[in-house]
Amino acid sequence: MTVRKRNHICSLTAALALTAAAMLAPSRPILAEPARGQDASRVVAIGGSVTEIVFALGEQDRLIARDTTSTYPAQAAALPDVGYIRALSPEGVLSVDPDLILMLDGSGPQETVDVLKKSGIAIAGVPEDFSSAGIVHKVRTVGEALGVSDKAEPLALKLEADLAAARSEAEGQAAGTRVLFILSTKGGRILASGSGTAADGILKLAGATNAVADFTGYKQLSDEAILSAAPDVVLMMDRGGDHGAGAEELFSHPALAQTPAGKNKRLIKMGGQYLLGFGPRTAEAIRDLAQQLAAIRS
Amino acid sequence: MSDLTIPERAFLSLKWLGLQEARQGNREPLARAVIGVLVVATLAIMLASLATGPIAVPVLELLPHVPAYFLSALEGAPEGVTLRDWIVVMEIRLPRVVLGALVGAALAVSGAVMQGLFRNPLADPGIIGVSAGAGFGAALFIVLGNAALAPLMALFGIYAVPLAAFAGGLITTLLLYRIGTRSGITSVATLLLAGIALGALTGAMTGLLVYVADDQQLRDLQFWGLGSLAGSNWDKVLSAAPIILAMLLGVPFLSRGLNALTLGEAAAAHVGIRVQRLKNISILLVAAATGASVAVSGGIGFVGIVVPHLLRLTMGPDHRYLLPASALLGACLLIAADTLARTIVAPAEMPIGIITAFAGAPFFLWILLRRRGLTGL
Repeated sequence: MTVRKRNHICSLTAALALTAAAMLAPSRPILAEPARGQDASRVVAIGGSVTEIVFALGEQDRLIARDTTSTYPAQAAALPDVGYIRALSPEGVLSVDPDLILMLDGSGPQETVDVLKKSGIAIAGVPEDFSSAGIVHKVRTVGEALGVSDKAEPLALKLEADLAAARSEAEGQAAGTRVLFILSTKGGRILASGSGTAADGILKLAGATNAVADFTGYKQLSDEAILSAAPDVVLMMDRGGDHGAGAEELFSHPALAQTPAGKNKRLIKMGGQYLLGFGPRTAEAIRDLAQQLAAIRS
Repeated sequence: MSDLTIPERAFLSLKWLGLQEARQGNREPLARAVIGVLVVATLAIMLASLATGPIAVPVLELLPHVPAYFLSALEGAPEGVTLRDWIVVMEIRLPRVVLGALVGAALAVSGAVMQGLFRNPLADPGIIGVSAGAGFGAALFIVLGNAALAPLMALFGIYAVPLAAFAGGLITTLLLYRIGTRSGITSVATLLLAGIALGALTGAMTGLLVYVADDQQLRDLQFWGLGSLAGSNWDKVLSAAPIILAMLLGVPFLSRGLNALTLGEAAAAHVGIRVQRLKNISILLVAAATGASVAVSGGIGFVGIVVPHLLRLTMGPDHRYLLPASALLGACLLIAADTLARTIVAPAEMPIGIITAFAGAPFFLWILLRRRGLTGL
């Protein structure tokens, strides 16, 4: 037998074996129905607001791990971190041996969620909606998933009332103020949030106007778009990295400098999770933002 | 053997190792030895990767149950194994290792075939823009799969994205070949430059898609642009395996032709090689395998250039050995790189493209410096 033939036969057999293995691999669920997990004692919270709600419900003793966005309160930050909410690794989550995972909308990737479901761990999805009603709904969902609806209901009612109060206080303070929320200024490019984003939601609650509501999601703004948005105030998250540009540096941007916000150097910085988390602290954030907007305008 | 003296035996073992013959220009025995070593190494690395991760799993105890899983004879975890360990190995690590092996083999063999075809050591699907073309095809379906292209998506199912990537890779390769070849002679300088231009063009078209993508699709695109085996599952293995395996099965039949082609196209035609057919099949196979790899794992660079080079340095340029050895070493390196990618920043993960580029780019420069004369630039 020539070398060539032998090579062919070798690669043929190897490839056939691999094909067979691949073809036979089924992607079937291993456990049909996951447990409800209401009495779970090893809970992983994915999403900053979910973690805050667990603490607000006084159920923090059942938490064993959290995601990277869950940094409040300080005890939460001390828990093991299983990765970023949108780039969870299945093995990272499984490695803390949870019996219930509370997952905020947008947790993923989908492949990770699929594997976690197969592992038989109870998973409770927590819907995200950037409104007062959304926050109240989150609290009820988390409470039900943890089997503590009796504690969640009073908290939900309290938050509902508090949010309504904060909104009516904010009303008028910031009316008509055009606010541009800038997510990042990396490389001199302004990434701003349009409608349908968390920033748009909090601006609405605080009674201000999103300066760039004509597109959905986060988009890079051209210089002309910045000029035509004509924001009175720029709002940013208060944290390091590319989010951390100071007022001087930010308003040295040629287009931003020409806007009302740039001319008067009006920049508000607030904690990212506090401002955009849509959790128990949102009423406070609304008051805070509205007061800062009012102070800047006067 | 028993009547041989010790020096004679030593000489024979040396000969078996190919050292003697290598010096005389015959590196076949060495090549065979290298392939043997690589087979063992691939299996060892697969096993090591299966055993590595944030969760300590008794992999050796699980292995006997693996066939039952594939034969569907098993519901849940086998006796004596926790469901978590079983999921970790069967649903997370094993599909990832299998996909890594397939993609690594496909990328390395694609590189080797392209280098043979273009008679140039710098040809590589990643460098001359074929991956970018495949990437555009895949991105098109990631972004528009639920909208404008929904009928095609419904028709081809999990194969839609790999097929689109294949088409993108194929069109780019054909264009490149057209541009780079004039009256039967492929100009490497033109080819590389045209590759850069086409890469930029397809990159720009992918960039356009960013403006119509939603947040989830953007995340997918970005993740996938850097190259990663994260999110490997059996569906992805199933979607890429048939195409990649067809390519791995097909290329051994090209090795004689590719060997003859090193003498030039005219010479190859004189020894009875149907050069045009050889070129067509090679391009088709490379585009298919690159497309399938890009579709499931994104832009993992430099495997196609590093692997065949390392092998040529040790075992010579004979494609009969180079191609299977490239498949094996490609699989080894990619699984090793992926194991690193998912452990060094655990529990988070690093895109594997970062690791292959860190290792591959300096190597690429080293080749350039070492073989400056060969590139003709």
